[in-house]
Amino acid sequence: MVTVATNPGLSWNVISDVRQLLLFPFMVNAFRAGTIVAITAGALGWFMVLRRQAFAGHTLAVVSFPGAAGALLLGVSATLGYFGGAIAAAVVIAAVPRSLGGRARSSESAIIGTVQAFALACGALFTSLYGGFLSGLLTSLLFGSFLGIAPSQVLTLLAMSVVALTALAVIARPLFFATVDPDVAAARGVPVRLVGTAFLILLGCAAAEVSQITGALLVFALLVMPAATAQQLTARPMISFVLTIGLGVLIVWLGLAVAYFSIYPVGFYITSFGFACYVLAAGWRAAAGRVRRTSRGTAAVSAA
Amino acid sequence: MRATTTDVVRFDRAAVQIAGRTIWSDVSLSVSPGQFVAVLGPNGVGKSTLIKAVLGLIALSAGSVTVLGRPPGHSGREIGYLPQRRNFDSGLRVRGIDVVNLGSDGERWGVPLPWGERLLPSRRAAAARVREVIELVGATAYASRPIGQVSGGEQQRLLIAQALVRHPKLLVLDEPLDSLDLPSQASVAALISTICREHSVTVMLVAHDVNPILPYLDCVAYLAQGGAACGSPDEVITSQTLTALYRTPVEVLRASDGRLVVVGEPEAPARHTDRHADTAAQAGQQW
Repeated sequence: MVTVATNPGLSWNVISDVRQLLLFPFMVNAFRAGTIVAITAGALGWFMVLRRQAFAGHTLAVVSFPGAAGALLLGVSATLGYFGGAIAAAVVIAAVPRSLGGRARSSESAIIGTVQAFALACGALFTSLYGGFLSGLLTSLLFGSFLGIAPSQVLTLLAMSVVALTALAVIARPLFFATVDPDVAAARGVPVRLVGTAFLILLGCAAAEVSQITGALLVFALLVMPAATAQQLTARPMISFVLTIGLGVLIVWLGLAVAYFSIYPVGFYITSFGFACYVLAAGWRAAAGRVRRTSRGTAAVSAA
Repeated sequence: MRATTTDVVRFDRAAVQIAGRTIWSDVSLSVSPGQFVAVLGPNGVGKSTLIKAVLGLIALSAGSVTVLGRPPGHSGREIGYLPQRRNFDSGLRVRGIDVVNLGSDGERWGVPLPWGERLLPSRRAAAARVREVIELVGATAYASRPIGQVSGGEQQRLLIAQALVRHPKLLVLDEPLDSLDLPSQASVAALISTICREHSVTVMLVAHDVNPILPYLDCVAYLAQGGAACGSPDEVITSQTLTALYRTPVEVLRASDGRLVVVGEPEAPARHTDRHADTAAQAGQQW
């Protein structure tokens, strides 16, 4: 990582602060990578939250940790390991029969949990074989290395994102149908199972991408938080989708900027901003609901 | 009933086997255009299986079925289908109107152009049709609320609107009144009848209680393992017909308010949660 030559100081002058932020290539790369990752994670996270597959998403993210550790052990690139691990896990989870009745849900989460535990154990084994516990590898795999991103990595992220988002655009409408109303979707000829599998694989790609930046444990900051916040704020699909991506980009930018001027890790700031957004949105919705109920109550009383 | 070539649905000595088990056999029934037909029978007799055969989701093991003059599964756009009641998760943040929208183009690949309604005439027409069916089912007031937060009867109306978006010739409903409260049952039954009469949509409805729909029916088909009895409600829902059909003494009583009570009808063991299971599970609980 580049050592900061000048002491980073916050001047409270927005323009000069931003200029200072973008002075260093590592920060520029972090902003680029963060933006790419925020958009991809937001788009796939929106569907994941709608589909109630947060646990599957978490597992896909966690599995990228043994994937990356295994790849380093084998001497291939960690990026390959991230994607390999997440995609393999996506295929395994998709193979679990997901009946429409809902009774398979519990067994599904049990299987996902089992896969996740085993994957984590493998990750621990691989890092220990690599000697990584001592070298800080574990921290970087679990909590990310936002500020150590090379330009070539940014390009890889961009390529993967373009592929994943294009594929998502192709399946988006049937996927939405299959999520909201699987029975009718199946009767209308939507290949519900296939669409679900394709989605999990795309989600795996997104999780792998985000893991490289935020680490395996903080993926959720970008996968869940913006989508959950946006869905609190509006029930209009198109608007909440756009809002999700906007929020994701915003919290990444804010997190990076604040972390630059502080001594604490980026992941903490990004997650905290995401959490704050969610709390505000949930609070706003609860308050709005109360106001609406009260006004309806008064209307009913005055009508009576 | 006399079979004609214009029948909307026509089963001829049909049988279905699932996993080697005969669900029902020797079922013959025909539905004429514009009719309101109820498929009745005890739980677990394979009423939903009959619907799946109409939709082409299940193949017959014997006999034949034609739907709108074609083999089943080839009239997708002309059939509106309402599966057995789905409960939307109360946390689902999707509006009723979005669910209705999916009825018009949900299975198309790709993404709808954002704000395409203002740009494309076809999208404008589709949006107008969605508003029209929502108006038709009387759901305008709550169509913009998240679907998980409206009542069961309101959800059912929105789902009927979804099934109607494409101007279907045949509307197939699987237990649409199940688990609704009594006033909602009456109003949804009246709505379905209105759709049938005023918009000339043939309606085929599966029910286990005939009473809410009795005033509107043209024809009932009582389903049993060894066949079906079809005809007007007065002909079919009698002690003689049902006793002959089920080969066990069945008594039909008429209450003073005109409601029919069927006594002695062979009932599957009361496993209500299983009634909503998939067909394979249904096959395992035949009486």
